[in-house]
Order: sequence, then C-alpha cells, then structure tokens
Amino acid sequence: MTTPLVEMEGISKSFHGVEVLRDVGFTLYAGEVHALLGENGAGKSTLMKILSGIYRKDRGVIRIRGAIQEIDSPRRAAELGIAVIHQELDLVPTLTVAENIFLGREPRRRRRVGLDRGRMLREAREMLELLGMDLDPALPVERLSMAEQQMVEIARALLRKSEILILDEPTAALTEREIDHLFRVLRRLKQSGTGMVYISHRMEEIFRLSDRITVLRDGRVVATMRTEEATFEALIRQMVGRPLEMRYPKKSVAPGPERLVVEHLSVPGKLHDISFAVRRGEILGVAGLVGAGRSELARALFGLEPVRGGTIRLDGRPIVLRHPRDAIRAGIAFVPEDRKRQGLVLDRSVQDNVLLPTLSRLSRWGWLARGRERAEAETMIARLSIRPPDPARAVRTLSGGNQQKVVVGKWLFQTPKVLMLDEPTRGVDVGAKREMYEIMHALAREGVAILMISSDLPELLGMSDRILVLHEGRVSGRFTRSEATQEAVMIAMAGGA
Amino acid sequence: MKAFILERLRRSGPLLGLIVLSVALALTTPHFLTVNNILNVLRQVSINALIALGMTFVILTGGIDLSVGSMLALSGALAAGMIHGGVPAALAVALALFAGAAMGAANGVLVARGRLAPFIVTLATMTVYRGLTLVYTDGRPITGLGDAFGVIGRGYLFDLPLPVLWLGLGFAGSYLLLNSTVFGRHVYAVGGNEEAALHSGVATDRIKIWVYTISGLTAAAGGIILTSRLNSAQPTAGMGYELDAIAAVVLGGTSLSGGRGTLGGTLVGALIIGVLNNGLNLLNVSSFYQQVVKGAVILLAVLLDRSKAGR
Ligand SMILES: Nc1ncnc2c1ncn2[C@@H]1O[C@H](COP(=O)(O)OP(=O)(O)OP(=O)(O)O)[C@@H](O)[C@H]1O
Ligand SMILES: [Mg+2]
Repeated sequence: MTTPLVEMEGISKSFHGVEVLRDVGFTLYAGEVHALLGENGAGKSTLMKILSGIYRKDRGVIRIRGAIQEIDSPRRAAELGIAVIHQELDLVPTLTVAENIFLGREPRRRRRVGLDRGRMLREAREMLELLGMDLDPALPVERLSMAEQQMVEIARALLRKSEILILDEPTAALTEREIDHLFRVLRRLKQSGTGMVYISHRMEEIFRLSDRITVLRDGRVVATMRTEEATFEALIRQMVGRPLEMRYPKKSVAPGPERLVVEHLSVPGKLHDISFAVRRGEILGVAGLVGAGRSELARALFGLEPVRGGTIRLDGRPIVLRHPRDAIRAGIAFVPEDRKRQGLVLDRSVQDNVLLPTLSRLSRWGWLARGRERAEAETMIARLSIRPPDPARAVRTLSGGNQQKVVVGKWLFQTPKVLMLDEPTRGVDVGAKREMYEIMHALAREGVAILMISSDLPELLGMSDRILVLHEGRVSGRFTRSEATQEAVMIAMAGGA
Repeated sequence: MKAFILERLRRSGPLLGLIVLSVALALTTPHFLTVNNILNVLRQVSINALIALGMTFVILTGGIDLSVGSMLALSGALAAGMIHGGVPAALAVALALFAGAAMGAANGVLVARGRLAPFIVTLATMTVYRGLTLVYTDGRPITGLGDAFGVIGRGYLFDLPLPVLWLGLGFAGSYLLLNSTVFGRHVYAVGGNEEAALHSGVATDRIKIWVYTISGLTAAAGGIILTSRLNSAQPTAGMGYELDAIAAVVLGGTSLSGGRGTLGGTLVGALIIGVLNNGLNLLNVSSFYQQVVKGAVILLAVLLDRSKAGR
C-alpha cells in the first residue's frame, strides 16, 4: 500500500480544560474522498483546524507523506499543500472576485511590479467556468450571494493546486445545481490524485461522493469504514448514539385563518408584484435559485428593504415596516441566512445574544433585571438544548448547529405571529435538524404563520403546507402540498411555467 | 486552565500595569506615595478621565470622537461668557453642559443618519467647534468668573478635591448606564456586530447618536472644570485632549474596532497616564522625554494586549 498523504495519530485537544478531541486517528490517501461525520460539536472542524495549523494539538503525531510535521501555522500548512475551505467564509469583502482568488499570489508582469490585471481576470473567469459559475470576476465580493462567495473560496483553493483539500461544509449554502457542478469538479480533482476531507451534514452527499467515512462522536472516533459498507441508519446511530427517526415529522395542525397577507409588494430592482398569504399554523415554503429574491422577500417583510408599492396586512390590519423594530413590534420574527454576519454578536455570550431583541421586556424604564436575564437565558438554553448549557459562553466558540439554535431562540421568548426562517438548517446536524423541525411544528400548533426559505428541496417538500416559487424577483409558481413534486418545483425555479 | 489564567491576566492587565508602575515610582522617589501627591494625581487626571469615559462609549460602538477638545473649549467659553453676562453660575453650568450634549448630538446625527465615517465627521467638527470658540471669545480669554463658579474646579470636600468628586460621580453614572441598562447592552451589540444588532431590532442609529451625545456631555463637564480651575476660559483650551482620552481608552483594554472594553479599564488607563506624568515630573525627566516615554508605554501596552489575546 502507498504511504498516506495524511496520517493523524492519537490527536487530543482541549479548550479551557474541556477535552474536545481525544486520541483521534485519521488517514487520508491520495485520490480519495474521506468524509468526516458527526453531530454539531463533535470536533470535526477542530480536527481539521489542527491539520491546517489554525489550532495546535495538545498531543499526537501528524505525518504528511510519511514525514512527521509540526503544523504550527496556516502558512506551514499551505507549504505542505494543505488547503482549507472553511465553514466560515474568509474573503475580503471589498476586493473583487479575481483579487480574492489571487490574494497573496497575484500574477505580475514580467520584471515589473505592476499587477497583470488582465491575466488575473482571465484566469479567474476560467477558474469559475471550470466550476460552472457564470460570475463577473471584476465584481466586489460583498455584492455576491453566499453561494457565489463559496465558489470563490473553492476557486481560490483550486488555484493553489493543493494536494490535500479540506472542505468543511462546502455545500451548506449551495443549490442542487451548484452542488452538481462542485461534485464534478471534486471528482476531477480526485482523479488527478488530490486527497480530500469532506465534512457535511447532508448524508446523501456523503454517499454520493466519499470513498471512506469516519464518524466522530464527542471528540472520539466511533468508526471508520468504506462507504459501500455503510448504511444510512447505522451511520446515524453511530453519530447520535441512538437510533433516530429521520423522516420529516408529521404536522398535526390544519392551517387557520389568514395571518399575513402580502399584495403587489415591490422592492426596486429586486422584487416585482409579489402577492401571497400565510395562514395561522401554516408553513409556507419559499423556493428559488440563488438570486431569485427569496432573502429579499423576507428582508422586505422585516423592514430591511425599501418597499415601493404594495400592501402588507397582519391579522387584517395594514402595517408599515421601515425598521426591524416595526416588524418585531408587529410580531414578525426573522432568522437570517448568514448567522455570523446578521444573526450573532460573536464575541458576546449566549445570554447576551439570545436576549438581545427581548431586553426591553426584561427591564423597567431601561434598567435591566440582572437576575432574570440569566434565568431567562437558561430557560431558552434548556428549551432548545443548546450545548454546552452555559449562558456565559461566547457564541463564537459554539458549534454551527448550536449557534443556529441561539439565533432561533432570540425569537421564542414571546411567541411571534409570523416567523420567517432563511435557510434554518444550514450547517446543522441531523439531530438538531430534527429538533428544528419539531420546534417549527410546535410553533405552528400555537398559531404562528411560518415562512421558510430553503435550498434543500426535499426539506422544503417535506415541511411545507404550500410552496411559493420565485424566479428573478417574481412569483413563478405556487403549489399545494399534494401538487408539489421535486420536478415541478424545479421547473418553476428555473422560470418555466 | 492555562488559557483561563491568561484570560484573567489579559483582563486585569491594565490594572497590573498601573500597580507595577506605582510600586516602581514608590521605590524610586519618596514623594510619590504621599496622600497629597496621590490626591494631586487624581485631580490632574480627572478632566482627561471624564472625557475618556464618554470616549469609551463612542469607541465601544466602533466610532471615534476627535472633537472632544473643541467641545471642551466651546462649552467652557460659553459658561464663562454667560457668567460674565450675569447668568447665575448654576444655570450657566447647566446650559454649558446642554450645549456640549447638543454638539455631541450633532456629531452623532452626522455619523448615524449621514452614514459618514466618525473619523471624518469629528475631524471636521473639531475644526468647526474650535472656530466657533474663537468667534465667540474673539480669540481672547474670558477671565474673572467669581467665587461661586470657582468652587467647581478648586473647591474641596473635606480633603477631597472637587474635580475628583465629579469624576467619581461621572464614573458611577456611566458605569450604571453601560452595565445595568438596555442602552448599555445595545452599545456593546452595535459595536460587536452592527448588522446583527439591526436584525435584532436595535435602533442602531439612535444608539450612535446617544454615544456621541454622552461624549459631548463629558467633554463639556471637563471644560467647565478646567475653566473654573483656571478662573478663565481659554480659546485654545483642550487642544490635543482627544489624543490623551483615546490613549486612556486604549490603555484600558478597549478595542478600537468596537464591542469590547470596560469603563473600569478606561479609568485605569487614565490613571496610568496621570501617574506616568507625575512620576516623570518627580524624577525630573524633561518634558520632551516625557512625551517619548508616554508614547512608548502606549505602544507597549497595546502590543502586550495583542500577544495575550492571540490563541
Ligand atoms: N476556540 C474554541 N474555544 C472553546 N471551545 C471551542 C473552540 N472551538 C471549538 N470549541 C468547542 O469544541 C467542540 C467541537 O467543535 P467543532 O467546531 O470542532 O465541532 P464540529 O464537529 O465542527 O461541529 P459543527 O458540525 O457544528 O460544525 C465544541 O464543543 C465547541 O464548542
Ligand atoms: Mg464544524
């Protein structure tokens, strides 16, 4: 057998005295895709951050191509041919797509200091075409959607021709079509001998792509197996430690009277003449491709986009939304798509974050009731089983799924009338996903009208009572639960009738 | 465990620095550790510390206020002018404080509603407010302000100089405001992640207007104390004060990018600067060298903070 590209042996790591990795072994061969599976907080990202020089291991050995290496910085990792596509995107928002792709290795004109901009743009465009992306490389990254930014990250790693590629939930923000492109590219890389570590909470991807699977639970390796030997149920049992019903839970409420009615809503340049209604206890799924205006619709209904024309009525009364405060006062809650940028103050505690929209309710004339703050935060932590159950913990150090629960928790202190969720299960593990679905159903039972945006089509079909499809800022399809098939919705998403 | 101790160290770093500095001075000069000298240091520190308290609010939201020195001068001049014109001292003080708050609010409105960079806005208003001071005073000091007004900056409560009392009150008030109110939480949220604060329904614009207003208020308080102490309003008063105030905030461990920091730290930061000035004077170091040392200490403190904040 050939020497592995990567051998990690006996890796342990603690944060603040809490062990998050214990005696972990992991190998990666050239030309293989090795999937890393586990619940939120199992330690997947931490293990890969150790391999890529972001964290230092406490114990253990790392061999790269057979030689022991101390990977003490991301720079060292890059020298060893290790490239990472992080769960958290790290692009420079004000630079262009091309500049981001070439950051740190800009092509120069021969014997001159000047940048070869022409070449940069050309090669960046080629790189993006290889990924099946039709994207203007001269656009600043801050103007791109999450999916597009993700592609830029991938293009950047490709450029460095790294032999070891770590992908930490690369598809969390991508649509089916973009995922297909990505997989095609990854297969090509695989043939050329690149070894890849692939982390994802989407099981079907793992079966489609990987050669081997390692399951982590509570920082320990539970099993490593070849993918063809793995079964769905067994993997889930290994991840969670108990069997878990993975179908979508059955909804037990019938929708009541109309709660939110939107008529002829327009946002200049983004949405045109949108009309729909959501009933009490109903889940309305919103489908569409990236850029179709799904997030803009939710933002407009949360007072974050300048609405030009149209009416919004809540329980029969017309409302005007100029600021999120107007929306919150009216009883509209919003879980935004980018939880790190829009959902959380990362340096503050779980308590401070979860209470942020509710503070005035916990206060009298602006003075906080300190004791109640902690008690309320603890209640929410228990209700959503946020782990670790520590209100003083900085949210930055929570795993993705638990961060998402914090964002949702912000809105549950007082039952909202309308809850809008933009990609609520992105980067969330199977167990937490199931919990999220159950939370949504419980809220529906209380009469909350739910608007759910998701790029995960099976999820959308499984959860929604009705589906609204957007295409280029207009409604391109409406389906009831029984009419909605994957195919019909996808045709509408592409703009077909 | 090690990380925990490091974190504790980082938080109490400024205080530790102050203690080390004080012990060093106590050992090298016999005059440092006397009640008189300590009260003296506190009195000298009080104006800068007051301004720095307001500055802390601004910096916590990720902003900066360069106009504090000019607001100090204009408020002081207004107070002096009114007293000259026969307005009772108490009323003149109240109106001058109000004027300071209004100047700060104007800064805040430009930053929040005008979506302009705080650095640019306050750089411009620094010049505008200084110009208005010169216009109002005609470029000459306003002197002869009477005993009632003089008490503010020169009076004592038992042995305690009144400026120190004002600082104490200012600290207590701002501490409560920052740590016990919804407003305070919102200040941290806006500085930590403005976008997320907005998505949580925080009136981010209003918070910003308020922090600049507070900064104007504390600058005006500084102006009144200074004017009272000198028994005259100087049109050039407070020049360069913004730098000392920012230095105190930064020395106190507050992050210039916002969202992290404490008022206690700022107080300690102001004290470090005060003790350093005092000590260097006691040691007969020339004022030229004093500047070099002060700058070096700031750099050192920030570097230490940075290295400890790493992983
Ligand atoms: N910098 C840090 N400081 C303290 N604790 C941390 C830090 N980084 C991670 N942790 C903790 O380590 C554990 C493992 O986290 P990690 O991010 O590796 O999980 P994960 O398996 O990638 O989860 P997810 O699927 O949600 O991304 C979690 O309990 C997390 O809270
Ligand atoms: Mg992770």
